[in-house]
Order: sequence, then C-alpha cells, then structure tokens
Amino acid sequence: MFKIIQKTIATGIVTTKYPGEPAQISERFRGRPSFDFEKWKDARDAAEVCPTGAIFVCDEGDSRRVTVDYGLCVFCGLCAEASADQAVRITQEFELASADRRNLILTAEYSLNTDRTHRELRAVHRRLGDVEADVESVGQKAREKIQKLLRRSLAIREVDAGSCNGCELEIVALNNPVYDLERFGIQFVASPRHADMLLVTGPVTRNMELALLKTYQAMPEPKVVVAVGACGISGGIFGKNYASLGGVDNVMPVDVYIPGCPPRPQALLHGILLAVGRLREKLFPERHGS
Amino acid sequence: MSAFFEALQQKFGAQIQSISAEREEEIYVLFGDPDIRALAEYLRSAVEARLVTVFAEDRRSAEGVFFNYYVFERKGDTRYLIVRAPVRADHPEFPSLSAELPAVNWQEREIQDWFGLKADGHPNPRRVALHDNWPDVHPLCKDFPLETVLPPFEGERHIYRPALGEGVFQVPVGPVHAGTIEPGHFNFAVAGEPILYLQLRMFYTHKGTEKLFEKLPIPKAVFLAESISGDSSFSHGTAFCQAVERAAQMEVPLRALVMRTILLELERICNHVADIGAIATDVGFVVANAHASRLKEMLVSLNEQLTGNRLLRGMVCVGGVRRGWDIVQLASLRAAVDAFASEFQDLVALIDSSESTRDRLEQTGVLRPEKAKDLGVVGVAGRASGMDLDVRRDHPYAAYGRYSFRVPVYQVGDVIHRMQVRVDEVNESLGILRSAADDSLHGDFRAQVPPIPADRCALSAVEGWRGEIIHWIRTGPANHLERCKIKDPSLNNWPALVEAVQGNIIADFPVINKSFNLSYSGTDR
Ligand code: SF4
Repeated sequence: MFKIIQKTIATGIVTTKYPGEPAQISERFRGRPSFDFEKWKDARDAAEVCPTGAIFVCDEGDSRRVTVDYGLCVFCGLCAEASADQAVRITQEFELASADRRNLILTAEYSLNTDRTHRELRAVHRRLGDVEADVESVGQKAREKIQKLLRRSLAIREVDAGSCNGCELEIVALNNPVYDLERFGIQFVASPRHADMLLVTGPVTRNMELALLKTYQAMPEPKVVVAVGACGISGGIFGKNYASLGGVDNVMPVDVYIPGCPPRPQALLHGILLAVGRLREKLFPERHGS
Repeated sequence: MSAFFEALQQKFGAQIQSISAEREEEIYVLFGDPDIRALAEYLRSAVEARLVTVFAEDRRSAEGVFFNYYVFERKGDTRYLIVRAPVRADHPEFPSLSAELPAVNWQEREIQDWFGLKADGHPNPRRVALHDNWPDVHPLCKDFPLETVLPPFEGERHIYRPALGEGVFQVPVGPVHAGTIEPGHFNFAVAGEPILYLQLRMFYTHKGTEKLFEKLPIPKAVFLAESISGDSSFSHGTAFCQAVERAAQMEVPLRALVMRTILLELERICNHVADIGAIATDVGFVVANAHASRLKEMLVSLNEQLTGNRLLRGMVCVGGVRRGWDIVQLASLRAAVDAFASEFQDLVALIDSSESTRDRLEQTGVLRPEKAKDLGVVGVAGRASGMDLDVRRDHPYAAYGRYSFRVPVYQVGDVIHRMQVRVDEVNESLGILRSAADDSLHGDFRAQVPPIPADRCALSAVEGWRGEIIHWIRTGPANHLERCKIKDPSLNNWPALVEAVQGNIIADFPVINKSFNLSYSGTDR
C-alpha cells in the first residue's frame, strides 16, 4: 500500500489542461491539410496520390472542379508532398468536428490552361460552420458547460461497427490520467438504455448493421449520434463494398462528425462537446427556436 | 539443392512438379495434386515442420485452376517452404487436414467460404467467415465484384450448440460488449460459475479487406494495410511493404531498416505496457493501470514525434520510410526510452508487490503446451505455453539480424505467464531500441521503387507485438495486386482462448481474454 501511495505522489498530476488551454502537441503532428487555392497550379498530383479519394478532380471542357473532403481524409500528408507548388500545407489543426457533413467539404473551381494546369481560380465554396458558436465555447470549462447545458453528467455508449480498432484506442485513451474524461462529467456506459450519446466507429459492416441499429433503438430520447473517424464518416479507405455499408449516416442520422484516422483524444473531446450542444437543442427545444 | 529437398523429391517425386526458389527465403513446391496429406504428415513427423498458414487463390482465368498454398517452416531454417497445390475448377474439393492439424480448422473453412472450395472430411465444415445468413457467395473469387450489393439479411445468424444438462445454461455476450472494445459474439455454456465451453462467432467486422487489396494501386494499399488492425498499424504496414519489396526484388536502405526496427519495437512496448495495465485492472488493481496507461501515453507522444501520427501511421512506405529523423527526434527517442525504462521497472515492481493480484492471475486461464501446439498458437500467448517462435529471430527481417535479444518462453500458460512474457519482451525491446538508436541512422531512408513486374509472388512475415503476421501477395499489372493474403496472429489464437477459459469461472473471463488481447479486425479483415 505504501508503495502505491509513494508512486502516486511521486508521479504528481499529469492531466492535460485542454480544452481550458490549447493542446500541447508535437510540432510533427499531421493535422488538417490546408489548401491555398489561389496559389494551386495543379490539383491532379495531389488527387492522384490521395489514398482515400479525399481530393477529387473533375474536369469538364476547360474547367475543373476540385473537391476536398475532410470526412475522407486520413491525414497522411501525401498531398502536400505531391504538390510541387507548395499550395498544400499540412497544419496542426485537429478541431475539425462538425454537425453538418457538408461543412467538411470544400470545392474550388478553376479554368484550365491547355496543359490542364489551373489558369484562374473562379470560385471557392466552403460552407460557414453553422455550429461556430459551439466550437468557440469549447475553450470554456467543459465540465461547467456540460452541467449547465444538461444539468447533469453525460453518458456515452460506444459501438465499434467495424473499425480497425484504431479509433477505440484513442477513445480508451480519453479515460487515461492524461485526458481523464470523467473530470468533465462524461462517462462511458455499458447499457444503451443509460446513454445520451452513441459514439460510433468504423465503416458499418454488413454484419454489424443490425447490432448497431438495435443499440440505437434501445437508447432513450433525446439522443445524439457521433460518427468517429474517416471510416465512421464516409467509410474511409474501405468505402462501400459487399461487406461494408460505408459511413454511419448510411444507416442512421448522425449529429456530429469527427474527422481523423484516428482522431486524437483532443479531437474526440472537441467533437463530443460539440455534440453536447446538439443534445441540449434536443433536450430544451424551446430555447433554440426551431 | 540440400539433402532435405532430395529426400522430398525421392519420397514425393511423382507428385512434385517443380521446386523453385524465387528468393532465397521462399521455396515453392508445385504439387500435382490437391491431396497433400501425406506430404504434410511427412513434413510434420520427419522434419517437425510447422504449418504456418493455409490459403487459396483463384487462378482460373490464368491457369484454369484454383491453388491452395500451404506455408511450412522448420526450426533452424530461415526459409519458408510453400506447397502450391491445384484444386480443379470442375471438381472444387480438397482433402482437409484439420482432423490431424486443428491449427488449420478456421483457415480451411475460410477457403470454403471465400472460394467455394470444399474441405473434404473437415470435422466441422460450417461457415466461419461468412455468417450463416449470407447468400451463397464466394467473395474472393475473381468473378465476384467487390461492390456487389447483397440482399438484406433474413433469419438467424448462427445456431449455437445447445447447452444441455441439469443446471447448465447459456450466457450469450455480444457482438456489442460492455466496454469500448471490438465486436464479436461469445456464447458461454456454464454450470453455475464454471465455464463448460465457449463458442465464438467472429467476422462481425469483416469489411472485404483482402478483396479491396486487389483494387487499390500499391502505394495506396499501404494505408489499407495500416488499417487491418489499429494497434498493429506499423507491423501490418511493414509486412505489406516488405512483401512488395521482395516481389520487386529491391534493396531497402539500412537506415530505413533500422528505423523500421525501432518503430516496430515501439509498437510492441506500447501495446505490452497497455496490456499489463489492463490485466491489472481486470483483477481490480486500478492504480497499476493508471500508471501503465500514462506510460503508454508517453510512448504514443513519442510515436507522434517520430512519425507525425500517434499510431505510427503514414510512415512506412514501399522502399523504406517516408521521412528521416533529425538530431532532435533522435534525442527525444533516447530520452523517452530511458524515462520509460525506469518507470516501467516501477510499474512491474508495483504489480509484483500486490499479492492479491498475483493470486488472481496464477493458474487462471491455463493453455497447456500440447494444446498450444495443436492449435498452432503464436506470439505472446504461444510463448507463454511453450511455443518457441519469434519471426524476428527465426526469419530475420528489418534490422533484427544486427541486435541480440532473448525470446522468453514459458510452459505454464496461465494469465500471469502471458503477462510475464510481455514484461520480459518489453525489457528485451528496450535493449533493441538502445542499440538501434545508436546504429546507422544516416544515409538514404527510402529507395526508388522500380516498376513492379506482374505475376511475382512474395511472402513476408513480421513479429507484431501480438505474434506472427503473414502477408502473401501476387503482383498484377499496372502497380496493382492480384491477391493479398493477410494472416493476423489472432486467427489461430481465438480457438486457444476457447481452450484456456474452460473450467474457469465466468468472472475470470475478462482477464483471461485480456491476457490474449486478440484483434477482431485483424481476424475478420
Ligand atoms: S492528407 Fe488527406 S487529403 Fe491529403 S492525401 Fe492524405 S488523405 Fe488525401
């Protein structure tokens, strides 16, 4: 017993201050690739190497439409390596969760030169997050937020609907002493009947569809569904095939999407807090108009 | 040709059509017959060969037949012997080996499911990979398109053997478990507390991975390999790249080999320390887990420093690794290894000092060595039950030939020995890491990849933290693969879990399961 106490005292407090303070992460971490559409002279190289098709090029006559989908991105960094003009840059941004799938998609339209490089940027379409307010409030004390918003703690039921287990590793890490999710009043529960939030990973496999739906149906209203990782959002590298149904929203409505492969613990926390906002809207619809 | 192959020629000359070595380490024996029972028996009894894996390939359009592949290895020989046996398309049957070699029970049934070839005489020929309510399809046949949309499910998934007898009842668990873990179904038959037997239903996370490998260009397929089993991303990624490098007959620069070795060992200690903590938690020693998960987090941050990703993804590539390390990174590697080493000793001492923890782990979930051998158990679980196997030593790859390390083997096969294997291995890994960090870390880290010729076969093995990972590929035209067979160590170890839980009380199941810590996704693919 003495040994245990000694070790505990010697170790001290290791818990991170995030989200109260910015996350301390390695400068090598690969987060969101960012695109300087003005500067981009040719999207084809990046599209060619992108393993999941997150960068997609569609040419019609002398115009090109480039689509970037963060919901497919596995943050490999190949696009930045492949873009000779340095218009693609890997940033350290990881707070990418969104309540709207469309917010994760950017498109740019170009006119083309005869060698099919970009002549002129015609338009960039990016949807302004309709959830910006929530994202901004993540910096506040999350515990207060949850208690104030929900007037109680938050119960999450996690379901692996076919993942490689990478996302689970990071979800489990949320409970380690460094991230210590319970300090916010968030707990993982075994029974869906006690859960407010369904956290789903993986492309939904044909063999897991039924179990996932049953878990969802067993949860009391109101409830929110969070799709985790590239696979949970879009099927990721697996996509849709004879055994995989692709992203979670092919099976049930999704409230929040958390990009990553897998999303790091802070990204998960950010997405979960975003989903708390959605849950509040469902709990107290009168305060949110409609 | 060695005496061994002459003996083989003499005994089976009539059926052996050719013996060829595509590479020094891989000898292919082309057999004339799908019936390899006598050959397998000879290899097992005369040279004590181990059947590593069995899989099939649809070669109907190129060669008019299917082929079964039987990969053997024997002690003290770094070569793999691969028997290639044709199975006729108009008579899609092959004699099963499972009655004599239970280790291939699931794998032969996989061949039935994926290719529609019947394992004749199989003691339990039911479906294993395709659930019972799937239509009659064989997804790895070339005429089955990846994107096929199958009709919706109807009816029962799987009929379990009933639990009969007074006071005997069934406890079904899953596929969704209580904790944050992967899905699978466990069906316990219990008499009061003790478990009579356990039936497993896996393949809930089957996502068409092997088929998908046939559709992706090789550089993209590396990312699929990294997603076979999340906790083994780097090992599976490396196994895949190695297979391609062998097929392309290319050299990988030494610096890359050393870096791969370092990252493979980091993956190992990361998972081992987490498992040691998780085993402690399952018997109520939560403080130990708090320390273990903090240590894991320390390594995961190092992973990120070294590769940009906490799971070591996006680092390995065909030809080497994608980035070199600078002095700062190497310094953090050395510092983290030292810091981890001393903290790890504290953790082990902490667990050792807890009598009640040891008490719960000793003689719990025993897997006897004879059983382990029968079932072909590999990796940590195998070494705790007398299986003296380690790919790093037996078939050296990456830079393992340059460092010395010990392979811990125990005979007892209980939970505490599966934990002890992990403790010993972490200590050995720290030695490897220290030597490798001072090894040749300059020069090229990535070789130019030559055009990869079509129709080359290559086998690659990696000792992942869980055990032996096998990738076998056949290249196709235009930088694609014709076939990619993946064998995760979990596949053979699930039946061992069934064996180990028998007679234990159901309350001990979680800790026994944790001591194996098998990958569902690696199994199901
Ligand atoms: S970082 Fe994302 S967008 Fe860029 S190549 Fe990789 S997966 Fe594609």
